[in-house]
Amino acid sequence: MVSSIAEFVKQVRMEKMDVLEHTAQIFDEIESNSELNHFNVVAKEQAMQQANEIAAGIKIGRHEGKLLGVPISVKDCVCVKGMESRAGSKILSGYKPTFNATVIEKVLVEGAIIIGKTAQDEFGFGTFGTNANIGFEAPKNPLDQDRACGGSSAGSAGFTALTKFTHASIAQSTGGSIASPASFCGVAGFTPTYGLVSRYGLIDYGNSLDKIGTIGKTVEDASLLLGIISGHDPQDSTSLEERFEEKGEAKKIGIVKELFEKSDDKVSKECKKALGKLEAKGFELKEISLPLNSEYGIAAYYLISMTEASTNLARFCGMRYGLHKELEGHFDEYFSSVRSDGFGTEAKRRVLLGTFARMSGFRDAYYLRAMKTRTKLINEFKNAFKEVDVLAHPTMPVIAPKFSEIEKLTPMQNYAMDLCTVPANLAGLPHISVRAGEVNKMPVGLMLTAGHLRENILSSIALEVEGAQ
Amino acid sequence: MAKQAIDKKLLLGVAKNARLNLSEKEITEFLPQLSEILESFGKLDELDVSKEKPSFQPIATKNVFREDKVEKCLSQKDALSNTKHKKDGYFLGPKVV
Repeated sequence: MVSSIAEFVKQVRMEKMDVLEHTAQIFDEIESNSELNHFNVVAKEQAMQQANEIAAGIKIGRHEGKLLGVPISVKDCVCVKGMESRAGSKILSGYKPTFNATVIEKVLVEGAIIIGKTAQDEFGFGTFGTNANIGFEAPKNPLDQDRACGGSSAGSAGFTALTKFTHASIAQSTGGSIASPASFCGVAGFTPTYGLVSRYGLIDYGNSLDKIGTIGKTVEDASLLLGIISGHDPQDSTSLEERFEEKGEAKKIGIVKELFEKSDDKVSKECKKALGKLEAKGFELKEISLPLNSEYGIAAYYLISMTEASTNLARFCGMRYGLHKELEGHFDEYFSSVRSDGFGTEAKRRVLLGTFARMSGFRDAYYLRAMKTRTKLINEFKNAFKEVDVLAHPTMPVIAPKFSEIEKLTPMQNYAMDLCTVPANLAGLPHISVRAGEVNKMPVGLMLTAGHLRENILSSIALEVEGAQ
Repeated sequence: MAKQAIDKKLLLGVAKNARLNLSEKEITEFLPQLSEILESFGKLDELDVSKEKPSFQPIATKNVFREDKVEKCLSQKDALSNTKHKKDGYFLGPKVV
């Protein structure tokens, strides 16, 4: 049984847990499972140095820190000072940030040990973790290595499921990149309200959608880490000044009709079973319909995210950081040459579509229409939250697919797999994926979504779901 | 949105704007894929959004200002630490004229 973060820290403070030994053991585990491709950077030397400093501090009575000696892995797209941070892309080869993302500063202050950068779809462009760019291999699901971890925070969820040691991961979601891998790997994935966690130091995908969140072995661990990394940051102009609600009661859970209908029968059945247990504990279940989100969410999300991604990726040109070539030719030729070599296939596809959707003559018909549709989708959520406190549905419509199955999907079929996760992400709503059962020995995730800044009610209901397993 | 067929000429125009050189193999692969995706996005035409304002952010945001005074920022050394293309404290770039 792996100790929770809170229990581990208690043991460390009482000197019943040896931080150095624990850190060394987790690296042995990472090394002996390297064929699962969960890490892009394994930061053993740096982490052991940190562990040494923490161990020395404990001996002289330095016991502060909610994460004292806890190994924390970090999705590759979050900048860690001096540690190669590529967002899974060849175009950022060799880039070592000269600063820490705000979330990294926050966990370091609490005594965390950064163990490395986890694998992801290039820039977050993927549902399964299989869009790893040139030079990377797709992360494998530790529960069945023929299956994907889910994406894009693939390595974060995969390693959290695999490890036998206390650990949590800093992950990131644009359209479902925390919930999807958490569901496929059977761990807890917490995506906060948009703006609750600072994005300073995040390598952007889509600015109106990106959120840094957490993945933990349990709801308790994921919630504790989220509490630590959240909070206002003047360095991020979209950072909220409000904290999430300290208290809140939730009794009414809305079962989203369309997302249950569109999911695999066996997956839906497991989620219904988990909700039935909540009903037995006194929660009120009510069917809720979200016809607009379930019908138009995918199209609106992909148009917006691709458009924003195409502008964000415009900065990568081989001059100031990342992939470099010999400075030859006119600047257009040089930039095009570096970008053509540095971006993988899915990144190129999204840059092309995003560039198209905001070109003169097409912008109103595609980009602006998607943004107006988003208003309708947000309003549909607002109406739903007048009737219930929380919305529930399967996180993913299927269990983790096999790599051989993913290969057969067209890009559009691939995008359609995000139908359950994109609506909450478009509306910036907090959501959690919690293990709710299994199908064919693979985990099924239940996704719970609440109104803005109502993270606490999500934690309390997810704990009930987890406890009933 | 008017249904927009993607042909090779349009694809190459978009790629030029995006600073991407596409190989023949990529062009052959992307053309049907992009058409399928755009056709699917056309679904948004079913909704009447004429009275809606666009939601550029999921929650209301406001302009953020700080006092107009010099603050600590990235040093020249740090700014240049990730590039091979530098000279005399400046970035070296490709030809612009």
